[in-house]
Amino acid sequence: MALRFEILGRFNRARAAQLTLPHFGCQTPLFMPVGTQGTIKGLATNQLEEIGCQIILGNTYHLALRPTSELIDELGGLHKFMNWPRALLTDSGGFQMVSLLHLADITEKGVTFQSPVDGKPMLLTPEESIQIQNRIGADIIMALDDVVKTTITGPRIEEAMYRTLRWIDRCIAAHKRPHEQNLFGIVQGGLDPVLRDICVRGLVERNLPGYAIGGLAGGESKDSFWRVVAQCTAALPEDKPRYVMGVGYPLDIVVCSALGADMYDCVYPTRTARFGTALVPEGVLKLKHKAMADDTRPIDPTCACMVCKNYTRAYIHCLVTKDAMGSQLLSYHNLYYMMKLSRDLHTSIIQERFPEFVCEFLQKMFPEGNVPEWVCNAMEVAGIDISCCCGKTSGIDLLLLQ
Amino acid sequence: MKFAVKAWNNGRARSGVLQLGRCPSPIETPSLLLSTRKGLPFFIPPDFLPSLPSPDSHLLQVCPLHFLEGLSPKTISNIGGLHQMLGLHDYVLAAVGRDSIQCLPECNSTNKIGASFETPCGRLLIKPVEYMELISSLRPNLWATLADEVPTWVSEKRNKTSVDRTIRWLDECIALSPAGGAVFGAIVGGSSIEERQRCAQEVAGRNVSGYWIGGFGLGESMDERPALLNAVTDTLAEEKPRLICGLGLPEEVLQGVAAGIDLFDSVYIYHLTLGGFALTFPLDGLDVNESDFQQSDFGSDPTKINLRATVYRKDPSPIIKSCSCYTCQNHTKAYINHLLNVHEMLAQILLEIHNTHHYLGFFRAIRAAVKSGNFEQFRQQFIEGRRDRLAVAAAAQA
Ligand SMILES: [Zn+2]
Ligand SMILES: [Zn+2]
Repeated sequence: MALRFEILGRFNRARAAQLTLPHFGCQTPLFMPVGTQGTIKGLATNQLEEIGCQIILGNTYHLALRPTSELIDELGGLHKFMNWPRALLTDSGGFQMVSLLHLADITEKGVTFQSPVDGKPMLLTPEESIQIQNRIGADIIMALDDVVKTTITGPRIEEAMYRTLRWIDRCIAAHKRPHEQNLFGIVQGGLDPVLRDICVRGLVERNLPGYAIGGLAGGESKDSFWRVVAQCTAALPEDKPRYVMGVGYPLDIVVCSALGADMYDCVYPTRTARFGTALVPEGVLKLKHKAMADDTRPIDPTCACMVCKNYTRAYIHCLVTKDAMGSQLLSYHNLYYMMKLSRDLHTSIIQERFPEFVCEFLQKMFPEGNVPEWVCNAMEVAGIDISCCCGKTSGIDLLLLQ
Repeated sequence: MKFAVKAWNNGRARSGVLQLGRCPSPIETPSLLLSTRKGLPFFIPPDFLPSLPSPDSHLLQVCPLHFLEGLSPKTISNIGGLHQMLGLHDYVLAAVGRDSIQCLPECNSTNKIGASFETPCGRLLIKPVEYMELISSLRPNLWATLADEVPTWVSEKRNKTSVDRTIRWLDECIALSPAGGAVFGAIVGGSSIEERQRCAQEVAGRNVSGYWIGGFGLGESMDERPALLNAVTDTLAEEKPRLICGLGLPEEVLQGVAAGIDLFDSVYIYHLTLGGFALTFPLDGLDVNESDFQQSDFGSDPTKINLRATVYRKDPSPIIKSCSCYTCQNHTKAYINHLLNVHEMLAQILLEIHNTHHYLGFFRAIRAAVKSGNFEQFRQQFIEGRRDRLAVAAAAQA
């Protein structure tokens, strides 16, 4: 185990912790931006430090293709290669194959896929995934799991869950740098509470440095989503970090943190920036919209980032989707927003005002009081009273309730 | 605006000091104006601008036509003009109609009412009154009057017309000019020495703070350029600064300096950056630095390297070991090669930072040479050094 996880504060299930990794001491809850190919699109590493990024994610599949894990290893690991002094996490590569390649096929041996380089069939085994990740050298590496879409039902879900458990042992056995890199196991089991339970127990028995909740954020209903998170966080050990994979909407992060999750990753903040959308406390601001052309306010008047301090919506409007600088500036703001959200979650838990923070957050996002029902349900389980934000029920909600 | 020439070399080359706006300290010339897209560098994020050499990097060229897309002059005025809109309060912003990259003069569609440009939003015809409306809302520190620029291959008659129009528009622009902002009178004349002189004479007779020399980089040869440049600069008042558009390569800049040009645009950096090139020519003493130059590196020459080349795939060294720019202090050639291979924007950010830094260093070396009276020697050394190294490279490849 190459990490320390100290809980500094709690509110019911929510926790704020210090997660000490080989390259950085992080504060949770935290959001990890995705730097697929060894760079966060359009941002330099010292900007990422300035924004407050603690861990960034690299995609094993892409890095293994270019520049290859052997080259990264030869040049001293990914930290050195991209000159990022803080923490890194790599995924197993399996998810990318299944989602990007039509011809990926999963068998007991591993994930078979058609090489995008020469079209030949290739096999990614759990051993190989770990070997590649050992070469890349991230602080946290992920076990290869059998990924199935959450919307799939039937015996395939069960098969994938059991296979994930069998593969974790192969991953553990293959892991050559356990004192420098932390192998996280991934809880699978679809939306079936029984299967999720078996998977959590199986992984916890292996006493891993941390655990991820996988197979979510893939089109399931929000109600199913939070229930799986709530079930897993309740069953996972208190003293280990919990990472909900692929989650990146601010609202989802607040809900999952209330339920006791610690880490999140998603391409959303940077991808949506490239399409001209800014994250703001009220939700999103579409800067391409004509109304922005003469709006002389900053993107978010309450934001202290370099972009909001200097630029108007009108100026960003004339840059977005046309000039490189538009996506650079919006990505900067959006990541700043996500880092501020992470810090606010952390400090409000420590300062024992987490419920107040959640209420303020929900009030800004739902000024009409129309907080979605799944959020209300999740908050009830999290033991957070949000009745003050749900006061003014709008006409639309009344219609839906009837 | 204050400008003073401090040193002369060989009768024409000169070094001076330019004081404008809220720039932290006077800017020495010859100097480079950084090209921008809508006021900010193409890729260098604004929070990185302070890491470039100062005050050298505090001159930015802005193309008013960029703002015809998406922003009204009224909104720009409401924001408070360019400096406020860009968050660049202590920068000198120079507005010039043509950006030489995406906004190019289109002489066939230019007519007596206005100048035509090819732009990313199609062909645009802009009248002096519209141009001045933009200038009034942008409030740049200095601006060039609207010009009718023509390439070298137009008829003598068309070239004469371009001079007539440019002078008429100069008067119109000055009549409409807002308070504040130094006016640089546009000079054209194509490849005709007589027309160049005529235009320069007319402009020199007007109430302008400086001169903007257009119509270069539009088809004239390197060999015919010195005579054309000299015809212009010999006609102009010595005490006013001269800004030129369209000379980019190091050799071209040296030609311009030799003719007495003070300010240059930096289109060259943009093209290098997009092509994956990094400038590597030595700046101190211009000695040959063979280790920086790889023969197998396609497209490179002794002044620059192509970071797309596979020789850099595993190269753990910075572009230039002694370079103090952010890129060289933080990243390797191998990393930039990877970023180029996977089409990541950070490649362009890092290359634009290094190339800008390096080219500003080149201008610093030019100023030092002019000030010490060695400009001609410096220029010869640079050109010969480059020729020799090209020959060495060609021999090695044969
Ligand atoms: Zn902001
Ligand atoms: Zn450099």
